[in-house]
Amino acid sequence: MSVSFGASRTADGWQFRALRHPSFLAGAVLTALVMTIAAVSLHWTPWDPTAIDIPAKFQPPSTAHWFGTDQFGRDVLAMIMRGAVTSIAVSIFAVGLGAGVGVPLGLLAAQQRGFADQAIMRASDFVFAFPALLIAIMLREVFGPGATNAVVAIGIFNIPVFARVAYGAALPLWTRDFVLAARVAGKGLVRITVEHILPNMVSLVIVQATIQLSLGILAEAALSYVGLGVQPPAPSWGRMLNEAQTLMGLAPRLALIPGFAIIVTVLGLNLLGDGLRDIFDPRLARER
Amino acid sequence: MTFDRRLFLGGSLATLLAAGAIAGLTGPVLAAARKDVIIGVRLEPPHLDPTAGAAAAIGEIVYANVFEGLTRVDRTGATKPALAESWTISEDGKTYTFKLRAGVTFHDGAPFDATVAKYNLDRARAPDSVNPQKGVFAPIETVEAVDPVTLKVTLKQPTGNFLFGLGWPASVMLSPTSAADAKTKPIGTGPMKFVNWAKGSSVELGKNDRYWGTPIKIEKAVFKVIGDASASFAALMAGDIDAYPLYPAPETLDQFRADPRFKVVVGSTEGETIVALNNGRKPFDDVRVRRAVSHAVDRKLVIDGAMFGLAKPIGSHFAPQNAGYVDLTGKYPHDVAKAKALLKEAGVAEGTKLRLVLPPPDYARRSGQIIAAQLKAVGLDVEIVPMEWAQWLSDVFKGKNFDMTIISHVEPLDLDIYARDDYYFDYKSPAYRAIYAELAATVDQEKRLSLYRKAQERIAEDAVNVFLFMLPKTGVWNADLQGLWENAPIPANDLTEVSWKG
Repeated sequence: MSVSFGASRTADGWQFRALRHPSFLAGAVLTALVMTIAAVSLHWTPWDPTAIDIPAKFQPPSTAHWFGTDQFGRDVLAMIMRGAVTSIAVSIFAVGLGAGVGVPLGLLAAQQRGFADQAIMRASDFVFAFPALLIAIMLREVFGPGATNAVVAIGIFNIPVFARVAYGAALPLWTRDFVLAARVAGKGLVRITVEHILPNMVSLVIVQATIQLSLGILAEAALSYVGLGVQPPAPSWGRMLNEAQTLMGLAPRLALIPGFAIIVTVLGLNLLGDGLRDIFDPRLARER
Repeated sequence: MTFDRRLFLGGSLATLLAAGAIAGLTGPVLAAARKDVIIGVRLEPPHLDPTAGAAAAIGEIVYANVFEGLTRVDRTGATKPALAESWTISEDGKTYTFKLRAGVTFHDGAPFDATVAKYNLDRARAPDSVNPQKGVFAPIETVEAVDPVTLKVTLKQPTGNFLFGLGWPASVMLSPTSAADAKTKPIGTGPMKFVNWAKGSSVELGKNDRYWGTPIKIEKAVFKVIGDASASFAALMAGDIDAYPLYPAPETLDQFRADPRFKVVVGSTEGETIVALNNGRKPFDDVRVRRAVSHAVDRKLVIDGAMFGLAKPIGSHFAPQNAGYVDLTGKYPHDVAKAKALLKEAGVAEGTKLRLVLPPPDYARRSGQIIAAQLKAVGLDVEIVPMEWAQWLSDVFKGKNFDMTIISHVEPLDLDIYARDDYYFDYKSPAYRAIYAELAATVDQEKRLSLYRKAQERIAEDAVNVFLFMLPKTGVWNADLQGLWENAPIPANDLTEVSWKG
């Protein structure tokens, strides 16, 4: 993925490519769908996703309950809708944290080289060695479980990812002629980073962020699955999967529906990320 | 390519889970004539000394297998002789003379005799005793080892349940030479001896060839800790474990019933499952608030939703299968309006925040979600706080740092906990203590039963806790395995009569 982006990128070029790119279109549609569902659920869900109604438990799908009800008589559709908010919010905040800290660190390392470079990148390797799950368990021991911990745990895991992407993209740019010209003109290192390096690599960060978002959704589901994510009664796809495990014999849809929701969201974001990478990369476009 | 690795990990995890599920459905059944048994247990014990810890998980492994007491409780809940062959009780009901079994030795070869028995009783009633059931030993005035096989115990007053109490896990006999290490290396007189404890995974017991009584029929027993419901389901289906005597996922019982490889036994326990309220702390120091939450909780829905209808409702802290039970389940019928009125009267504002701490067992986690929703309906803002077992024991049980929690009290006839000075739900009622003191000193059966009734009524009247249901003993085991207990009169997995068919 050592692709460098030149100044040859033009606005009309990428818009044109986007419309012709099938995986970008499919990813954009799926992602927009999930985002819309999440946004709608903030104002309206068919039923209260936390309302327990025991006599109505294990109802099969019907016109009243499109996806049926779970073991506590909660409406599965409402839980899936509100669960999308949990997934997306945790993922966005976590990726925001990772990019917000990781990108400046990577840029700084590429700009300073030498000792700072080594210190930042080795520290980032060190953090990268800790899985998000381990960080989440440690945070739980200190602060108790909750959505904030999931955000922090996944976010910390994302920092080295973004640091590496930013570093890898920025480093070759520093040898390019336009950067050398800027240095000769007397611009400071920080100013060059902000004015020349960052604009030329931001597309790569966007692509990475899209893919990290999908991993964030998976990580959030995994943390909720083991009880480290958002706590009941707030709905979460991962916990729905967990609770459905022993109910597979009785009502397999309780596991299939949240599983399917995760697949659709992750697939959408991955397609979108792949599409964006192709679109932002002029060389790939020319080859096609 | 960092994200690919993550995807790969996620993918492998999913594959593993799927493989586990498939293995669970198609796993082979092992042939008969086996000499070992693998038992699934829900919780890992904090240590293995039943005389030093309240966790039922300890007795569920070592009671009757590794450790024995002077008496024992059998599968029906009756008191039977164990290390004491027989006993006589004096006319005034105060002096018990035990005739002990001769020639009994501990697993390490140390002898068991009257001085050892005296050491144990003195240790349990000492001021610095850490015994979880000190109430059993409180009535003892003096203990005297008359000769190696005769033990004379004199009580301060006649005590109705003394022999029964001596049969509990907390009353087992340890050797003075090894008692200090019993937490990690339990050495008893039982038919099985401790072999190994793989922390976090399993406890292994082996046959004691020098056992004084009927030799056990199995050579080896492994107690495997399987925390979550779905994993225990898969382990049983795959044949990784032979029995799960306190099976935690009632929703899957029908699948086991339909499978000829398994036997499903729904029996009773002594586990009063309650929403414990912190009586020593606002707002539950006010009886009106406690009554309000009792009205707010719809017991039937909790049983249907959390226990799949398998549990018997209770209205006080007493098991329906015991003599002297009064049905108080109608005392606080589900009534949202009344609950709201009581809360208003007590000055508890709408939206008051309360924490409901849930220990790991599924009965607690499931009931908790339903109860939180029911309390929300009367205007209480209940936050669910799931907690690991060790933290629950230290924060809630020892530290009393909670508003509400859900827990099953599995000790039999444990009315004494409501008379204790320092107990986690902090109920301090002189009226109840008077009833309990009278009960403790009463030997006459008729009178005891009427006092049991009075005690239950007092507890219900004060709405000390919200009484939910009796924890059912939903046992699932291999159809060829015989001799396990159907009911659980005390928390134990007595393997002394367990064997394989054929």
